[in-house]
Amino acid sequence: MLMIPLPALVSGWKTGTGISLHCHASETYGIIRPVAMITENHSTWTRRLLIKRVAAIAAIMAALFWYACSGESPGGSEILVSAAISLKGALEDIGSVYDERTGVRVRFNFGASGLLQRQIEAGAPVDVFASAAKKHMDELQSRGFIVDESRRDFAGNRLVIAVASRSNLRLESFADLTRQDISRIAIGNPKTVPAGGYAKEALEHLGIWKELEPRLMYAENARQVLDYIVRDEVEAGFIYASDVTLASGKVETAAAVPDNAHSPIRYPVAVVQGSRNLPAAGNFIDLVLSTTGQEILGKHGFTGSGSP
Amino acid sequence: MIAEALKLSLLVVSIATIVIALAGTFLGFLLARYRFRGKDLLDAVLTLPMVLPPTVTGYYLILLLGRRGLLGEPLYALTGWSVTFTWVAAVIASTVVAIPLMIKSARASLESVDPEYEIASKVMGKGELETFFRVTLPLAGRGIIAGVILSFARAFGEFGATLMVAGNIPGKTQTMPLAIYEAVASGEDEQAKWLALILTGISITVVYMTNRLSRPVKRY
Repeated sequence: MLMIPLPALVSGWKTGTGISLHCHASETYGIIRPVAMITENHSTWTRRLLIKRVAAIAAIMAALFWYACSGESPGGSEILVSAAISLKGALEDIGSVYDERTGVRVRFNFGASGLLQRQIEAGAPVDVFASAAKKHMDELQSRGFIVDESRRDFAGNRLVIAVASRSNLRLESFADLTRQDISRIAIGNPKTVPAGGYAKEALEHLGIWKELEPRLMYAENARQVLDYIVRDEVEAGFIYASDVTLASGKVETAAAVPDNAHSPIRYPVAVVQGSRNLPAAGNFIDLVLSTTGQEILGKHGFTGSGSP
Repeated sequence: MIAEALKLSLLVVSIATIVIALAGTFLGFLLARYRFRGKDLLDAVLTLPMVLPPTVTGYYLILLLGRRGLLGEPLYALTGWSVTFTWVAAVIASTVVAIPLMIKSARASLESVDPEYEIASKVMGKGELETFFRVTLPLAGRGIIAGVILSFARAFGEFGATLMVAGNIPGKTQTMPLAIYEAVASGEDEQAKWLALILTGISITVVYMTNRLSRPVKRY
């Protein structure tokens, strides 16, 4: 159906009955004198060539389109869960359990929590929002975008100092970061990356933020911190325990950050206002909070919904 | 995941490219041949998606098309359907981001067509439309095809604006670049590598093949 315009465009060349213009426009005395011949003449072959080429392009496009169109997935009973991308592994596992148990299909929309928040504010048809930080959920809640009584903290995390697995660096404690042989430390940008915010809190709590600040390399997400560590761009970096699980074999925990050094790391989840499938959305949150859900989260390096 | 993302990317990009080819050529023609009030402003606005970070373009689009958006709200009130988070939104995002390439290249190649040929055609009694399709367009053909290829390639790689308005839903709105982002962010390095290789392979093949197809046609 949508392929119609292309042949129509092409037909401009195709249907040509052979008008070829040869203008010898001589500007004698400023008068333009076009000399044209309406013939099937020697330039016809160039047109044929052009048609061939255009037809080839059209054929490629048509083939692509046909291939792409085949097997459009049918819509059924499903819910859409917007979740922080750091939760991907765990939530996908929980999602397949949910599919099995209820027959309702869970679709995920993974991204940075701040982006997901913007989408919900703009009216994206999301049923459940699982955020990596309290802040985004708080903002949505204060503006009435989520169902208040559905909000729960479903997981926690621990902040650790990680080093590359092949690194020889050993840290006795958190305070060892001030050692002179550690010249660069990766940290998520405290303003935009939740893990970075917690790390800054902890460093300030221990009174070494000012001292370390010149050595800190800001990253825009947890994955970038991980990459810096793996590629030896930095000696150490602040990431979550769940990130260490994710990149097991590449990075190792060198020291844990004391939990009391920063505010508790909590992942809130809630049903989004305007969800068209409230019971199914509620059931999904129930499953996340259930023993099964918590076990899966634990396997991916998260702590339970209780105290970390 | 790979097959689904590839399929969706091809669907989105085929439709976007067709829209871009038609609308871009029309807009390029408008800018090349006519003078009107606000032309420079229109040109600037149409170039904007090329210079703005795609996330910003996406942000504007979501303000425009969201269920509470300028256009999205009346649409939702009327039909109960919202364009955000559908593959249509992905088409719109790639179209908007890639169309400046088409407009620029169509405009430049249309401007390079000597108006005397068009005058000659009209002197011979051919109408505007026929002159455009039989004289102007074939003469500007190479530039137009180049524009189509470039915008195809750009649309194929579109990420930022798409993530914003279409979301990142596997099997529904997750195109190749989004699948790569997700695979990288969640540590699925093997999958990320394959996705990236396929994306690169298709892009190179398309650009290379069409470059060959659109080699200069000898005219006389």
